[in-house]
Amino acid sequence: MMPEFAGSQYAIEIIYLIASALFILSLKWMSSPSTARHGILAGEIGMVLAIGGTLLRHGIVDWKWIIIALVLGSGIGIPLGMVQMTAVPQRTALSHAFGALCVTLVGTAEFYLRSPNIPKFMMSVLSLEVILGGLTFTGSLIAAGKLQEVLPQRPITYKGQNVVNLLFFGIAIALAVYLVIHPEAKQFFPVIVGIALIFGIFLVIPIGGADMPTVISLLNSYAGLSAAAMGFVLQNKLLIIAGALDGSSGFILSVIMCKGMNRSFTNVLFGAFGQVQPSAAAGQEARTVRSATPEEAAAILAAANKVVIVPGYGMAVAQAQHKVRELYDALTKKGVEVRFAIHPVAGRMPGHMNVLLAEADIPYDRLIEMEEINGDFPQTDVALVVGANDVTNPAARTDQSSPIFGMPILDVDKAHTVMVIKRSMNPGFAGIDNPLYYLDNTLMLFGDAKQFVGAIVRELGGGH
Amino acid sequence: MGSNLIDALFVFMLAAFIGFEVIRHVSPLLHTPLMSLTNALDAIAVVGAIVLVGERKSTFATALGVIAIVAATSNVVGGFFITDRMLRMFKTSRPSKSN
Repeated sequence: MMPEFAGSQYAIEIIYLIASALFILSLKWMSSPSTARHGILAGEIGMVLAIGGTLLRHGIVDWKWIIIALVLGSGIGIPLGMVQMTAVPQRTALSHAFGALCVTLVGTAEFYLRSPNIPKFMMSVLSLEVILGGLTFTGSLIAAGKLQEVLPQRPITYKGQNVVNLLFFGIAIALAVYLVIHPEAKQFFPVIVGIALIFGIFLVIPIGGADMPTVISLLNSYAGLSAAAMGFVLQNKLLIIAGALDGSSGFILSVIMCKGMNRSFTNVLFGAFGQVQPSAAAGQEARTVRSATPEEAAAILAAANKVVIVPGYGMAVAQAQHKVRELYDALTKKGVEVRFAIHPVAGRMPGHMNVLLAEADIPYDRLIEMEEINGDFPQTDVALVVGANDVTNPAARTDQSSPIFGMPILDVDKAHTVMVIKRSMNPGFAGIDNPLYYLDNTLMLFGDAKQFVGAIVRELGGGH
Repeated sequence: MGSNLIDALFVFMLAAFIGFEVIRHVSPLLHTPLMSLTNALDAIAVVGAIVLVGERKSTFATALGVIAIVAATSNVVGGFFITDRMLRMFKTSRPSKSN
């Protein structure tokens, strides 16, 4: 650094320092819905400061392409910010892919600009940056494809898959280590990037839809860590801080999701959860279910004092959240206390159900977390399950042979009456049979969630 | 270089701890907006791409940098935008209605 530029250099560092503080405040204000929007403002100011500060940098001589790229990126960002709330999981996966793409490309460019004079530590973090970035890029694209249903949501597995995956990953690490020791062996760099890209595909292909909340969180964490690694390469503390914050956020969410399913990281990543369990289906044909019409369901709901609605991914698929809101209104008008029970892994990403119900204008103080509401089910007159399945499966408590045994569930079976809106008796996403449907206090409401809830609302004399 | 590296490791360690503490207190209600917000913040990687393009060291680096800026900027704009849209939807029930 030449002394005459020290002034502007200091100014930029101070701007980065302020931006870092704003980023931390931004996340801190996310702790409650009442302050969360300040958080966005803080984040936006920090971002504008950081980008503005970077443009001040001496050494920047080419403005044309920066401006073209910024405008183009904004043009892509606006429609990505306007997607439907039901498309938020795939949008999130796509943005993880974009973030990782940026990091991988910058890492690749830095390698070729600096090679072969790269110190060992620098080469290690650079390898880490492109490996994490590369696998997050393709992995997130696959996740987005599965969520958008462009790709099959069921896990795609074959024999020896885990061995192949580990082998790939091992080769990438081995090549990276070789490159750290022999930085002049340039030809290995594209191989490392290529393997990371392929590994990302292999990593996410065997993961089923029900595990998406964990996988999205994990990819979020990787995207953050790869950005932090980029911060080490560029000696940019703002990037290190932002990457570390994002990395820890994704990690915490993954842990919460894993706890919500009582599974370990390795089990999620290598367990290929979600295949149909052929053995479980046998010997259960004799069991009968009771079903009810919208009229009967409406009568039971109208007579209830306390109703708990349990939303699941099926509600999102059927776009039923607005009809559910009408049901909430109609019942509330009749003096029925209606609350919503939110399982941590309901839906396809952390907090998915909360966002959908908030979109439908349901007040967030009616959305109750699992631990808090589970004790209330025995005093609940009706538990209405809308498009949720595995998170209500009592086999998780009792049946040791069940693949979801040990998973914390919403104890809807303890309510006086359980009503389950479901298209048919086909098993849910994870392909596991649900004994809840055969209980004496369970009524099955067969049909499309949106239409069925709409029919109940009409019976109750509400709706539009 | 050596002390810079150690400084950077300290910064990373402290930021990771702050991240854990701050995010542990985020309400599960807001986990989806949290993820889109951290995504937008993470796109600060755009500063690295801007320097890469601005310094014009090689055509290859500039080309990769331009794509990187496009990708990261779309995250910044889209991320803040959708987070704001989501948070505007979170409303509490009117005081007369709640207990």
